[in-house]
Amino acid sequence: MTTAEQSPDIGSEVDSNGNGHPLVVDGLEKHFGGITAVDGATFHVERGSLTGLIGPNGAGKSTTFNLITGFHEPDAGSVTFNGQDVTGWTPFEIANQGMVRTFQIARELGEMTVLENLMLAPQNQRGEELWRSVTPGERGQVKKQEEALLERSWEMLDFFEIDHLWDEYAKNLSGGQRKLLEMARVLMTDPEMVLLDEPLAGVNPTLEKKLMKHVHQLREEGYTFLLVEHDMDIIMENCGHVIVMHQGSVLAEGEPADIKANDQVIDAYLGEDI
Amino acid sequence: MRVRMELQTIDTRGQITSQRLLIAGAAFIGVLMVLSLLWGLFVSGSIQFSRLGTLVWDGLMRGLVIGLAGIGLSMTYSILNFANFGHGDYITSGAFVGWGVTYLIAGLGTAELGELLLVGASGNVYGPQLGIGITQTPVAVILGLIVASLATIAVALIVDRLVFKSMRDEEGISLLIASVGVAFALRYLIAFVYTQSNRGTTNASLVPDWSVPLVDGTLAVDAHDLTLLVASVGLMLGVHVLMQRTKLGKAMRAMADNEDLALVTGIPTESVVRWTWIIGGGLTGAAGYLLVLWRGTLTFNFGWLLLLLIFAAVILGGIGSIYGAILGGLVIGLTMTLSQIWIPTDFARAAAFGIMILILLVRPEGLFAGRSTA
Amino acid sequence: MTESNTLGDLWEYDVTKILATFLAIYAGYVVMGLISGLPTRGIVATLVQLTLLIALYAMLTLALNLQWGYTGLFNIGIVGFMAVGAYTMLMVSKPPVDPSSAAAASQIGGLGLPVIVGILAGVIAAALLGFVVALPALRLRADYLAITTIAMSEIVRFIFLSSSFQEFSVFGNKIGTGGGRGLIVNFEEPISRIFFDTGAYEGLVTAVNEAMGVQGTMAPVVDTAVISVVLLVVVAGYFWLFKRTGESPFGRVLKAIREDEDVARALGKNTNRFKIKSFMLGCALMGLAGAFYAMYFLGAVNPTAFKPQFTFFVWVALIIGGSGSNTGSVIGSAIFVGVLFQGPLYMKNVVEALFTVASAPPSFAHALSGIGPFIAYMFENISHFRIIALGIVLIVLMKRRPDGIMGHRKETAASIPLIKLSGYGRDAAADGGDAE
Repeated sequence: MTTAEQSPDIGSEVDSNGNGHPLVVDGLEKHFGGITAVDGATFHVERGSLTGLIGPNGAGKSTTFNLITGFHEPDAGSVTFNGQDVTGWTPFEIANQGMVRTFQIARELGEMTVLENLMLAPQNQRGEELWRSVTPGERGQVKKQEEALLERSWEMLDFFEIDHLWDEYAKNLSGGQRKLLEMARVLMTDPEMVLLDEPLAGVNPTLEKKLMKHVHQLREEGYTFLLVEHDMDIIMENCGHVIVMHQGSVLAEGEPADIKANDQVIDAYLGEDI
Repeated sequence: MRVRMELQTIDTRGQITSQRLLIAGAAFIGVLMVLSLLWGLFVSGSIQFSRLGTLVWDGLMRGLVIGLAGIGLSMTYSILNFANFGHGDYITSGAFVGWGVTYLIAGLGTAELGELLLVGASGNVYGPQLGIGITQTPVAVILGLIVASLATIAVALIVDRLVFKSMRDEEGISLLIASVGVAFALRYLIAFVYTQSNRGTTNASLVPDWSVPLVDGTLAVDAHDLTLLVASVGLMLGVHVLMQRTKLGKAMRAMADNEDLALVTGIPTESVVRWTWIIGGGLTGAAGYLLVLWRGTLTFNFGWLLLLLIFAAVILGGIGSIYGAILGGLVIGLTMTLSQIWIPTDFARAAAFGIMILILLVRPEGLFAGRSTA
Repeated sequence: MTESNTLGDLWEYDVTKILATFLAIYAGYVVMGLISGLPTRGIVATLVQLTLLIALYAMLTLALNLQWGYTGLFNIGIVGFMAVGAYTMLMVSKPPVDPSSAAAASQIGGLGLPVIVGILAGVIAAALLGFVVALPALRLRADYLAITTIAMSEIVRFIFLSSSFQEFSVFGNKIGTGGGRGLIVNFEEPISRIFFDTGAYEGLVTAVNEAMGVQGTMAPVVDTAVISVVLLVVVAGYFWLFKRTGESPFGRVLKAIREDEDVARALGKNTNRFKIKSFMLGCALMGLAGAFYAMYFLGAVNPTAFKPQFTFFVWVALIIGGSGSNTGSVIGSAIFVGVLFQGPLYMKNVVEALFTVASAPPSFAHALSGIGPFIAYMFENISHFRIIALGIVLIVLMKRRPDGIMGHRKETAASIPLIKLSGYGRDAAADGGDAE
């Protein structure tokens, strides 16, 4: 897909006050010891968009990601999701709001099968209450819900075309398959917004295309994506909107074509091939 | 693994408030304790200065032993990345071999060779009868101390070779469990060879002692107190010089900080590991021997009983820091004795463990903030 | 009902393995006993005693498996929870002592509540202690949690050992821990009350006496046998509970926590809650095992029965069987008790019945004078030797087979079988990327 096809789509979603944005990040800061990893990062993500977050190594992309999803606590600034201030919330609280992340290195649950991985993800399962799972009468209800989840898991496997791997242990999957599994697992939580941390790292070109095809398909269905990538080409090819981070703050923002022509961005990436 | 650790340790929200509450609570109790102590000393007179002095002195002695043994545990904990539950039984092993030599020299010709080397296993040779003490049999004691160190080093190296060496890449928990196996095997091997009997080793009545006047009474100090003090402080200074001045010390500090980095910069890892066991084992063996000299008794499980206190000291001071281990040892030793001012003696060890748990809650990285100080 | 059939098959499969282990151990004991001409009564008594001990270890190992095998929580304070369960049960259920009576000077009473209330109180107390330990433990690394739990178990022991809580007054009752002297179980525990007070018991003893054709009454052996059967039923209860726990959405989250806690949190799971629940449940059931330990093994509890060594024995049993597997936990307990723990002592009896073993030399030095004295010395100290062996087994297992005999069992963490649904699932070749 080209950028031209995407842009109008996004424009129509934004309201005049800019309030409709699912994710608003304002003045985020994070220091580790004496090092400032994120220094006043401010940006927003539009509903239904596929927004790219790029920057050279050490620009603070991953830390920003961790700050948004609650894995780190910001020293300053705020994160607002769907109008709700989620700054300093724990990861599980943020995930339960509908903003779910993947990890840079696919974090598969190795000793669990592909189906177990998927069945884990849905929120608020009855059987997550211990007493319901062990009490004879209640367990019937738990099982009923599990059957429905199993059906959904199979649909998800089917969608991502990894259904042939259903009873494989996750640790036996290839790097690309793990990424697919992770994406499928995230979607099983019924998110509104998905944050993808370098989803294409270590993925072969065939699978890369397939993965991005799924992302576009889902975006069209109404999901919002924020994509962190180190690789400029991927962002330029796929994202409608691009945010460039440098030294912990936002350097430039705009459509891929503008970003490509931006001198500051070129300077930041100096020595690296855009 | 590294990434995961980082994420988990950084995610501390919600705990900050409970941490502050804990610190405030602990500080409040601490202030109350100090006030009650001052009241007892100056107003009601229920606590004598000389008793306080005795408790401090006693705590210092224990603390030095725990700290000295803690250095070795701390070093292996940070460099090999696991909590070695066999450490306590290294102490016992070294002490038995060392004391066997002391018995042998002190009692040469008076009893069978085997009985002397087994530290009177069958109950017909007694340390007190041999008149063992630093002033009466200095050669026997000093040689015993050296042999105890060497024996502990040998045990540490043999166990490393047999058990831990092939497990370098495993997770800390696997090594920890294996070290529990080492502890069992060593302790009961000691019981098998030396029996489970508790023996007296020194003749306290022959050890010269002095009464130091202290405000309202006296503080009793004997030659074995001084031996322990001089030997342990001397060894601690030695390690300090070694860590700061030598290439080996720098390499060890680098490895404690980051093993991968050390690999990249070409520090010979296995040789550093070996030296860690040698230095740590040597200090540990000396600590065990000195404790037996000071206390005058020796049993097959005294090291095991000491182990948790040493862990407490190491965690308190911050894993990987030798100064932390020394400081932690002193805190633990003093806690054990000084706690008697406020709570029954039965709870001396409980108080020490309580301090450790408190530190884990409010400052899990330890008082010395761990690794970078080495 | 195909689904319950597949579950049933699996269940049978596990039971077969457990039974086979038990039978193999029993057979070993019987054969050795018969060869050496030990009296039948003695062999039977040994087997019964063995079963009782295996049942106790199986309870503890299963509870530990929930914490370590399922959730990855490293608890080496097992005895602490047992002690709390045992002491609480006793303090609640011991008959009260009238403070004005002559007995009050020497005896410590309890609240005199029914035993079942005492047991419940013990279980709850252990769970609460688990909660107190779990709260800080959640944010600690595994090795720190280990040291915290063992330190806690020692603190518990010091408290029971201390003379400070030896006796105190509750509701006008003089109760307490008994300090170093401990507490005597001076009431009839529930199994006796239900079973021995009915006429059935006398008949059973007579029948066994006749069937065995042995001199002397079999009553004590039958007593122990009845208790061990009841405890085995309790073990089955633990097994059932943990199987259900593991095979559920709850168990699935535990499994995810063990694999990678961050992933579980990123997926919206409040992992701390799951960890606390799992830890508390395990501790509660360790407390229950502690109450049984007091009633059926000790007769009188005192702090020396709850030394850290016991904790590590349970760990050895778990590691032999394979952490993560309930079946492995039971099998590991049987092998630990039957082979490593009691085996050497039984072998000593057998050998002594067959040969005249020379009297042991007075010390190790004399033992080195020849093969004969050395063997005699070794024999004399067989109880040390078995713990040396146990340590070596632990080391070898960690090096060679860290997943235990049963291997790392991957029981499916779902309440229903995760099967292939009709209409889904293509062949492995279908990586074509056809559009939906």
